[in-house]
Amino acid sequence: MTLTTATTRPLKRASGPPGPRRPADRGAWFLVLPALIPILVLSVGPLLYGIALAFTDSQAGRTAPTQWVGALNFQDLLHDTLFWDSFRIGLLWAVGVTVPQFLLALGLALLLNQNLRFRWLARALAIIPWAMPEVVVGIMWRLVYNPDAGILNETLRDLGLGDGRDWLTGLATALPAVIVVGIWAGMPQTTVALLAGLQNTSPELHEAAALDGAGAWGRFRAVTWPALRPVALAITALNFIWNFNSFALVYVLTNGGPGGRTRLPMLFAYEEAFRYGQFGYAAAMGCVMVAVISVILAFYLVGRLKGGDEQ
Amino acid sequence: MRPSRPARAGQYLALLAYLVFLAFPFLWLISTAFKPPRELASLHPTWIPKDPTLANFRQAFDEQPLLRAAANSVLVAVCAALIAVVIATPMAYVMARHRSALSRAATGWVVVSQAFPFVLLIIPLFLILKNLHLINSLPGLTMVYVVWSLPFALWMLVGYVRAVPPELEEAAAVDGAGKLRTLVSVTAPLLAPGLVATALFAFITAWNEFFFALVLMKTPERQTLPVILTHFLGAEGVADLGPLAAAAFLATLPSLVIFALIQRRLTGGMLTGAVKS
Repeated sequence: MTLTTATTRPLKRASGPPGPRRPADRGAWFLVLPALIPILVLSVGPLLYGIALAFTDSQAGRTAPTQWVGALNFQDLLHDTLFWDSFRIGLLWAVGVTVPQFLLALGLALLLNQNLRFRWLARALAIIPWAMPEVVVGIMWRLVYNPDAGILNETLRDLGLGDGRDWLTGLATALPAVIVVGIWAGMPQTTVALLAGLQNTSPELHEAAALDGAGAWGRFRAVTWPALRPVALAITALNFIWNFNSFALVYVLTNGGPGGRTRLPMLFAYEEAFRYGQFGYAAAMGCVMVAVISVILAFYLVGRLKGGDEQ
Repeated sequence: MRPSRPARAGQYLALLAYLVFLAFPFLWLISTAFKPPRELASLHPTWIPKDPTLANFRQAFDEQPLLRAAANSVLVAVCAALIAVVIATPMAYVMARHRSALSRAATGWVVVSQAFPFVLLIIPLFLILKNLHLINSLPGLTMVYVVWSLPFALWMLVGYVRAVPPELEEAAAVDGAGKLRTLVSVTAPLLAPGLVATALFAFITAWNEFFFALVLMKTPERQTLPVILTHFLGAEGVADLGPLAAAAFLATLPSLVIFALIQRRLTGGMLTGAVKS
């Protein structure tokens, strides 16, 4: 058991810093600067600038100087029903993708952890969605969903289940159809992370639990889940955030349509900024999204602290 | 513990369902790419093209500047990957070997950077790059991609540095080698496979990226492959399915090949590290 934990845990204690009393290395700064400068200039800086923009009336092609407007953008946002619609859709989409994806990936990870034939094939296939550009994933599923030439409707016709619909442009079907694509696209990362977590659980504990008379479900609850919990929590929090922030997939699939039914917050903010040139307003939307994400991160950290002291 | 026979059968059935779910969209993409227009227009599409053709590929190249776009993508992705690895390696080294406030801050930034909505980043970046006249410029996009791929690059590299026993470096130091000398002649060779994997991953990240390229690249001559692909979709979403599928299939091949090469390292190193540290 010590062996498995030693190989998969980051080796903090075993091979951490070579000695705590080592004098502060001036060379270290020199080594860090080449990466630190671009990070500060092109990442941290713009983020702070972006937050500042949310409090201005910055617009594209504006000749008058940009002015501070205080919380005006946020007040406007508060009354912008379109934004709250997109916000609600964003949350629906993020939950709708993250939860089923987690359950499906957990099932696949449990299967791949078994000694089954063809599991190499599943592992190989599971890589495909991961490697594909999101734009291609979107295009591919448009081909699948295509009302006439798509395989989905053809299969349904063959099975005698209706004569096909236009999934991506139907008001009721668009969001579910897009969610299925989101689930598909994120399966590999989630599965691989859960699989890595599963390989942390020791077979000895499983056997001991089995000897004590635990069934499959009992062993899962007593042995597998406690070991898997930190990984499951982390990947779920990350997936939720990634999904909430996603753009390319839905941009290609529906571009927010029909009638805004799949307009995720990122799509909305993108249009506001780069079609209508409302930089300040779009930045305010970004800030609201950050606030939501911070809440989720906080939940994650609290959950991690609660259950994190088992080692 | 051997599962019972029905349980085994159930497992295989479930595995089959997963295989179908994971594979069928991709198989459909390939199938569509090789279908002649007549079969594409047919109301009863078939899985396997009866009359496979390369015409869609030819037409795809005629309709959109695919070669140009691929060249742009390669150029940007190769430069971004090389620069990212070159500047991230020393920082990752420091983060792995010295536990200081700086490396804690860097680790925190790596986590936070995964969570930010890019729209908050792209508006200021757009304004900054515009002032520098770097909109619609491949170097401008490369700069953005370098920074964008740094968090994961750092994360992967820190793992690889940690895997090199510090005792080896200490032995070299005892033998009188200086810091830089030790890094170059002892650590770097052991890190080489990790550096290659990180560079390949950064390459794929840039090759696949869409959002920044969509905002920053204005003219078709400068656009990267993912952006050019969306031009096939047409204004009202009426797409020429064959060429669209052909181009999309081609755009996936490089990432698929590279992913197949580095898959083991990714699954072993990055995600466990990403999820646990």
